[in-house]
This record gives sequence, structure tokens and C-alpha cells, in this order.
Amino acid sequence: MQQSPIVEIENVSFGYEAARPVLREVTLAIPRGAVVGIMGQSGCGKTTLLRIIMAAYLPTAGTARVLGAATSTLEREGLYAMRRKMGMLFQFGALFTDMSVYGNVAFPLLEHTTLPAELIHDLVMLKLQAVGLRGAAHLMPAELSGGMARRVALARSIALDPELMLYDEPFTGLDPISFGVIVRLIRELNDSLGATSIIVTHDVQEALGVVDYVYFMAAGQVIAQGTPDDIRASAEPFVRQFVNGMREGPVPFHYPAPEYGADLELAGS
Amino acid sequence: MYFAHLREHARGHLERLGNGVTSQVWRIGFASRFLAYLVMHSGTALRRFRLTIAEIYFAGVLSLIIILVSGLFVGMVLGLQGYETLQRFGASESLGVLVALSLVRELGPVVAGLLFASRAGSAITAEIGLMKATEQISAMEMMAVDPIARVVAPRFWGGVISMPLLAALFSAMGVFGGYLVGVQLIGVDAGAFWSQMQAAVDVRNDIMNGVIKSLVFGVAVTWISVFEGYDAVPTAEGVSRATTRTVVTSSLAILALDFVLTALMFTGGNKQ
Repeated sequence: MQQSPIVEIENVSFGYEAARPVLREVTLAIPRGAVVGIMGQSGCGKTTLLRIIMAAYLPTAGTARVLGAATSTLEREGLYAMRRKMGMLFQFGALFTDMSVYGNVAFPLLEHTTLPAELIHDLVMLKLQAVGLRGAAHLMPAELSGGMARRVALARSIALDPELMLYDEPFTGLDPISFGVIVRLIRELNDSLGATSIIVTHDVQEALGVVDYVYFMAAGQVIAQGTPDDIRASAEPFVRQFVNGMREGPVPFHYPAPEYGADLELAGS
Repeated sequence: MYFAHLREHARGHLERLGNGVTSQVWRIGFASRFLAYLVMHSGTALRRFRLTIAEIYFAGVLSLIIILVSGLFVGMVLGLQGYETLQRFGASESLGVLVALSLVRELGPVVAGLLFASRAGSAITAEIGLMKATEQISAMEMMAVDPIARVVAPRFWGGVISMPLLAALFSAMGVFGGYLVGVQLIGVDAGAFWSQMQAAVDVRNDIMNGVIKSLVFGVAVTWISVFEGYDAVPTAEGVSRATTRTVVTSSLAILALDFVLTALMFTGGNKQ
């Protein structure tokens, strides 16, 4: 039997202001168990789409169905119940700066369970072992490198064994070694937890190596989709420009500006 | 032509004034709803009281030095100035009364409140604002933990509990400062200093009213601090502006509330 998708976005539109829509009739589905990439240029609406999925915003039109429930119908209790099944890795980790690494990973367990302290200790160590930072449990977030902080945040977001993992730009600002570690962890954790992962990123080349399926977004719409191989072979000009990092293409290098000559006040222009 | 221009000009000003007033009223309404929500979701802060105790340490204990030292100096100045005036009327034995009543009724709550706003209030705003700017608040929401219940409420109650205690310590320190200057330095009779103070300071009319004042200031300052932090624009500039607003608004609120409370408490001749 075919399982229903874990996330279904149907004709979703959204704008922070009515006059400027950020998402325009987006439709996509995330199948269970997959690692799916949502890619596109900065400002194309992909982070907004992520916020729609995590129900930080509600669609102004259309339906976002996450873990079987339409987000716009959920009350606070239902929303929190849904989020307990989700994990989110923020771009820069968003660790609690007043708590140690241990405290950060223990936080969701302490807030949502009544487990005895020894068991919580074991679970925290288990999660930290999974990201290779059991030895850093006593450190404070300020003492961590960027890559380590993101791994701690990853351990924290999987503390409650989520069904759905969301990654917001997980590769930004990482050195090649940390990057390789994060990529491997995303895949391993997804498969060992039996979870589904959504990666929002503009690091296309890097992400194409991890994901099973890609949605490509531009100007608030899905303009291409397929497996990484489909995307690499795509003839769509925008996708080609983006995947190959070309300077000229449908996305101009120059921000709209008056004539160059006029700005330099050249005679005769 | 000229009048038309003038009319346009005046209308522009009126419009700006109107917009300013509307947005301020809107903000007060938002802050009130925030307070109501905060009080209704204080269960966690009270049930897991350790969270609130940590904030009492942060807002209260760490403010002790500035409160105690300031209290001592204010009391010493009161001793000097009070003696200077009282001895002209041959009433220098009443110095204890003057020092104690000034502190307990007014200076204790007001000055402690102002110091509390700039020491603890600004820190609360900056901390919550920076938590917001670094997405820690969003992360908490994503973990299905209500940040108002978990972060804001303990800070609010920590401040509300700390403030009357700090004001009481300020007054006590001030009385001691007045004693040091009046009795030890100038030589006012110690027995008269203490016994007149004991006879004149009334528990209900003076001390209780002072405690009520400090409690009201505590609620106002901490409310302003947590709201400004939570409402801060999540950038470096936004947090700095919010911190400034906390100190300015809190100080004005303390002084205005002090006038209102004093008018309610100390008129009608209920005290000599």
C-alpha cells in the first residue's frame, strides 16, 4: 500500500504583505522516508515555504498538510503536538547560550518527558555520540566552532526521535570537513531514525549529493523538480544557470539600475 | 496659494501625530495582552520554581552591590542635609524620623526602582532580545516549548519578587547611612535618633505603603523589560534600541506611578 506523503502543499500562496506575494500557488509533496531538497536563489521563497511547513506562518490561500493535519486548522495544543514530532536545524544552530552542550540536548527531553535523570543522561550521551561530540558535553556554546555548534544543534533536534526533520541552510559557512560530516549525518540519521528530511538550501552542488529528490524554486514558484540526475541534466535555463553557477542567464548579474553613464554623470549621456 | 500650502503642511503634521498616537495605543494594547498571556501561562515558572529562583539571582542578587552602596550614600546625604535644616529649628533629634520616612515612603522604592531598571531591566531586555535575534526563541517554539512560559514568565516573576526586597534593603542601608552621619559623625543623640524613628514610623501607613509602591514599580519595570525584549527588532540595532527604551520608559513609569500612588496614599491627613 502506498503511504500518504508526510507533507502535502497544495496551491499554497503566501505574502507578508498582500501586495507582494512570496509564494504563488506552490504545490509539492514530500514522500515518507525520503531526503528532499528545496533549492533556489536567496529570496525565492524557500525559507518561507519551510516556515509554512513548520506552521510558523499559515498560508493565505491553499492548504499545507503536515503529518496528516492541515496546519491552518490546528489550535495551539495541536500545533505543539505536531511540532513534537518534528525536528528543526536552524541555519546557525540557535543553541541556548546559557546552557552547556549537555543542557541543550537534554532540553527537549526535560521539557516533554518525565524520564528519570539517569535515563535522560543516557539518551543525551547517545545523541551526542551519534554526532561525535560526547566528549564536548561539558562545553558551553561559545566554546564551539561553527561546525560543532551545528552538530550539537542536530543532536538536540533529534532528541525526541522526530518523524520529520527540517534543515534550514545546513551547509552555510562550514569548512569542507564539517560539511562532509553534516552531509553524512543528515543521511545516516534519516535512515536510522526512519525519518523524512527536508533540506532548504542554495548550496546546490553540495546538496545534490545527499538528496533523493529536488524541488527547484524561483520567484515563489516551483519551476523544476526531479531526481538529482534530472536536475543536473535539466535544460531549464534558470536551473542550468544555478547548478553551474553561471554569471549570466535568466537571473541578471546586475540589480536593476539606471544607465551606467547617467550615474557616472558622463557628458552626453 | 500660500494658504493652500500651509493647509497641506498642517495636514501632514496632523497625520503624523495621528499615526504616532495610533501606533502607541496599539502598542499599549499589545503589551497588555502580552502581560495577560504571560500571567496565564505562569504555571511552569511557579511549578518549576527553580527556573524563577535562577532569575531572582540574576535580577536580584546581582543587583545587591549597586543597591546597597547607593542606599548607604543616599542615607548619608539625607543625614547631612536633614541635620543642616533640622538644627535651625532645634529639632535635630528628629533626624531619624526624617531619614526613615524619606527612605521608606519615597526614596527607597523610587531610587531602588530606577537602579533596578537600569541594572536588571536593561539586562533582561538585552537577553531576551538577543535570544530572539539568534533564533533561540524560534528554536524553542519549534521544540513545542512556549517561550513566554519558559523564558519570559520566570524572568517576570523573578523581577517582581526581587524588587520589593531590593527596595527594603535600600531603605535599611539608607537608615544605617543616616545613623552613621547623624549619630556617629555629627553627634545627634543615638537614643533620640532611634526612639523618635520608632515612634513616628507607622507599619501600615509608611512601611506597607512603601512595600506596595516597590511592588508596583517591580511589576511595571519587569513588564516593560520583558515586553521590550520580546518585541525587539531581532538585529543588533533593534536590541540596543529596545534596551534604551526599557530604561527610559521604566524610569518615566516609576516617577509617574510614584506621583499617582503618593497622591492616593498620603493625602487626606491620614498621617501627621
